[in-house]
Amino acid sequence: MNELSPLKLKLLDLLREDARRNPELLATLVGSSLEETKQAIAELEADNIIVKYATVVNVRKLGDEKVTAIIEVQISPQRGRGFDAIAERVYLFPQVKSVYLMSGGYDLLVEVEGRNLQEVASFVSDKLSPLDSVLSTKTHFILKKYKQDGVIFEDPEDDRRLLITP
Amino acid sequence: MSGNVEQPHSSMSSYLAPLVRDIQPSGIRKFFDLVSASKDIITLGVGEPDFITPWHIREACVYSLERGYTSYTSNAGTPELREAITNYLDQSYQLKYNANDEVLVTVGASEAIDLALRALIVPGDEVLLPVPCYISYNPIIDISGGKTVEVATYAKHDFKIQAEHLLEQITPKSKVLILNYPNNPTGGVMSYEDWLPIVKVVEDNDLIVISDEIYSELTYGSHHVSFASMPGMKDRTLLINGFSKAFAMTGWRMGYVCGHSDLIYAMLKIHQYTVMCAPVMGQVAALEALTNGMDDKDHMVESYNQRRRLVVQGLRDVGLECHEPKGAFYAFPNIQSTGLTSEEFAGRLLTEAKVAAVPGNVFGLGGEGFLRCSYATGVSKLDEALHRIGEFVHKVKQG
Repeated sequence: MNELSPLKLKLLDLLREDARRNPELLATLVGSSLEETKQAIAELEADNIIVKYATVVNVRKLGDEKVTAIIEVQISPQRGRGFDAIAERVYLFPQVKSVYLMSGGYDLLVEVEGRNLQEVASFVSDKLSPLDSVLSTKTHFILKKYKQDGVIFEDPEDDRRLLITP
Repeated sequence: MSGNVEQPHSSMSSYLAPLVRDIQPSGIRKFFDLVSASKDIITLGVGEPDFITPWHIREACVYSLERGYTSYTSNAGTPELREAITNYLDQSYQLKYNANDEVLVTVGASEAIDLALRALIVPGDEVLLPVPCYISYNPIIDISGGKTVEVATYAKHDFKIQAEHLLEQITPKSKVLILNYPNNPTGGVMSYEDWLPIVKVVEDNDLIVISDEIYSELTYGSHHVSFASMPGMKDRTLLINGFSKAFAMTGWRMGYVCGHSDLIYAMLKIHQYTVMCAPVMGQVAALEALTNGMDDKDHMVESYNQRRRLVVQGLRDVGLECHEPKGAFYAFPNIQSTGLTSEEFAGRLLTEAKVAAVPGNVFGLGGEGFLRCSYATGVSKLDEALHRIGEFVHKVKQG
């Protein structure tokens, strides 16, 4: 893969901080022309480097009872396709939010979301565990999320600085 | 600056030393009171980073407290910190100081300014001060018995000090030249070529230089050139710097001064009898900042640079003349086209548009007609502030 230009890297940083920033503001912040900026963003989107503009939500404040579990999965890799084929079978389930191939004591780390504990448990026993290559699973339910994607969920404190300083 | 300093009872003021009693409250102080009484304002008046100190620096301090690092350090600062400071100055500005006797760790750069002036000034000595400038130099010069001689700098020169203007103010009593580049409030910087004629004036007139380089890490598009690194200037210069601006550590009060051992020794004498040593926890944090904090610093500088572009562009878009500030985190637009004085503009901007910024006249000669806008504030707040300034300027110009 080609290395990204400094402009694109800066734009990515700024959009990851706040995806709602418009091209005019972004162009001013990075110090390049509007045309150049729009072009760079279009390329990032076309290359699927910017995959999606999403919103990080503090689910606890929604008051809904959704549960999330992190599942450690041990699998036996398939000849010729390694772990990719089985990973694909897992990530195609819509209740699976993320899948990582891991080094260490297990192979896949799978994040699953469900309406309640029972739903997640059923997914593991009915869908995940019966897959041929799956050797074992270990399910950990998330009790509280403190930080996600670099964002701390605790309500931010006010600016402590004095209003005017020399 | 705190909001709770009470005026002394009038009947007691006759006991005060006239030198101290006669220090006038700064213009910024009056404006602070005005702003503090206002609600729902966006402030561009803050002279400190909007970042908080990076966690690894705070954590290093917490860890040191857990291990019981709570005693005095050597007067000049811990050997480890002094060593780190000299290494940093060597790597960043090609300056070689001896950590044993040419470095003094102080309580903020402010203490270093005080020590330098007290160590050097004999009553009647003249101190050359380029203006507009940071508001603390003048009162400290007064307290040390010196006489401030202002040297004007101008927007048309991007607020760089010009040798001919410096020469005009030199008399047989001139002794010290204070320099502050990158500059608060103008954002002006000096390059190697810009410094050369100043070096000649300093040499020809046997001046000592106090160079306050607290904003040295915050330059945009060019690397900072320390005045002490100019040919022949190291022994004549007291180089003052600190951790506040580069590492977002204002409240820690950590600074330092480097220079010829004779001068540092004299300053150390005052320092040891007044504060003993800089706080040990601050010294631990400062060491961590210099050892592992450069990536954080780079990230913050990039962020300031983005906001600098936003604010300068935004001010120009609403019809205010604004030179390009190449250092610190201030824009210094010219507001004369509105027909208002700096104080009128800042006062009305506060009450009518709910934006606080510091009127330029408080920074001395040449500051009238300008406004200091700090861009150390979040992008969305800056955007809103620029919008409000735009509407206000439009309204004023419509009459």
